[in-house]
Amino acid sequence: MAEPNQNTSIYLKGISVSYRIPSERVRSFKEYIIKRIQGKISLHRILALKDLDLSINKGEIFGILGRNGAGKSTLLKVIARVIYPTRGRVWINGIVSPMLELHAGFHPELTGIENIYLNGTLLGHTKKEISEKLDEILEFAEIGEYIHAPIRTYSSGMVARLGFSIATAWTPDILLLDEVLSVGDVAFQKKCEQKMKSFIHGESTTILVTHSPKLMELLCTRAIILDHGEIVESGTSSEISKIYQKRMST
Amino acid sequence: MTTTSKIYDSAKTPWLALDEIQGLIRYKDLIFQLIRRNIVTRYKRSTLGILWTMLNPLGTMIILSIVFSRVFEIRGVYPAFIITNIVAWNYFQQTTQFSLTATLWGGDLFNRIYMPRTSFVIAMNGAGLVNLLFALVPLALIFLITHISIDLPILLFPLAIILLAIFTLGFSLLLSTLVIFFPDVAELYPVVLQGWFYISPIIFPETVLEDLLGGWILKLNPLYHILKVFQMTLYDGLFPSISQWMSAVFVSLFVFILGWLVITNSSRSFHYYN
Repeated sequence: MAEPNQNTSIYLKGISVSYRIPSERVRSFKEYIIKRIQGKISLHRILALKDLDLSINKGEIFGILGRNGAGKSTLLKVIARVIYPTRGRVWINGIVSPMLELHAGFHPELTGIENIYLNGTLLGHTKKEISEKLDEILEFAEIGEYIHAPIRTYSSGMVARLGFSIATAWTPDILLLDEVLSVGDVAFQKKCEQKMKSFIHGESTTILVTHSPKLMELLCTRAIILDHGEIVESGTSSEISKIYQKRMST
Repeated sequence: MTTTSKIYDSAKTPWLALDEIQGLIRYKDLIFQLIRRNIVTRYKRSTLGILWTMLNPLGTMIILSIVFSRVFEIRGVYPAFIITNIVAWNYFQQTTQFSLTATLWGGDLFNRIYMPRTSFVIAMNGAGLVNLLFALVPLALIFLITHISIDLPILLFPLAIILLAIFTLGFSLLLSTLVIFFPDVAELYPVVLQGWFYISPIIFPETVLEDLLGGWILKLNPLYHILKVFQMTLYDGLFPSISQWMSAVFVSLFVFILGWLVITNSSRSFHYYN
């Protein structure tokens, strides 16, 4: 595989991620020392990704298909720099936005505004950048005057809307989409879809992880199928969609 | 677009300790937001709010003064002596204890999105430092009431605070790394803290402690050297000697550098333990 160039967005070479088997985890000093003496320190590992090579160009809409446990989420986490792979080289050009539910970054006692700044900086933006986007975020989230109340008083729909508005206020270089987002009521979902489409058809590189070959074929240009941590097929989205449906039916 | 497009290449980042500093510079606004969150939310539900940062050392001081002032003969005034040490100890104890769970607390976020691994611990330390500054208000009040004179060495007191802060940060980083690999540390540490409290010159004047423990145990305690310059510049109104400064500087820098190297060089495997 060629070296990454200026058109490359994501470049992975020989990526392996291996987890320990949970039962072998050492949880205390005592256990550690005992197991050390007995020579039982865990050597059992499972490979979530096996020697994976992948190169994605800027602006591509790339699909990843696979069953549960195929390593899709692990792959996304490697790209998001959340997991550092056990082996291999990760090369990423640009800011990665994992379009995950980010409620985890909210604090219930802080107001909507305060949480916008907290969450925005968690996403790697500066305070100034957030101030510039503040009106846009508020307008999109439709929280109204509640924005000055602590978010523990919000409905779950309001929280989700706020989270989505913050996460999508900036056009990311690389967008990671895990399955289909369902946020808020039907009207808000429509707005979300439009926003996503503007990203997908804009300059962002998009990675869509899904079970659905139809959705993948609709949106993506290229795709791969992951199985047991390995790329088993790779090609254009229509090819991959056919192969995947065939694999699933057998 | 946020910043100029950045290329991340895992093949080109062998200096993890420096990498982390770069990351923190980029995420400095996050640190400020987290410090703010820590301070604002801690007392949000209480009526007296941030006043508690001042009432807390005052309360401890009153209890300890009543209990111990008749036990020890001490030059100067016991309440002022106690509150000086309590302010320093509370900062160290609370900050390290909160930091212990900071990386665990952040665990969920760390599993979703990239941010510098030290962010939460640094924010805890920043918030602790703000609380320490607030706690100097009741301290000043006690000094005033007990007629403790403030002398020229006070000019070096900020340096003592900085050394305490560096030491505490280093120790927090060490602990927060250790607890990822050995969760039992979270249960063990409060017990360690209790012991540590009694072997440090906090409630006991140093002379009493020396009789109880022997000089070498006293000086083996890294916190002793930090507390010493803290007490001298503030309460005693004495200039610490060069060797006393050197000990405090050495201890704090050593612990900080060790903590920094440990967390930055092991953070890549955190995910596998979470």
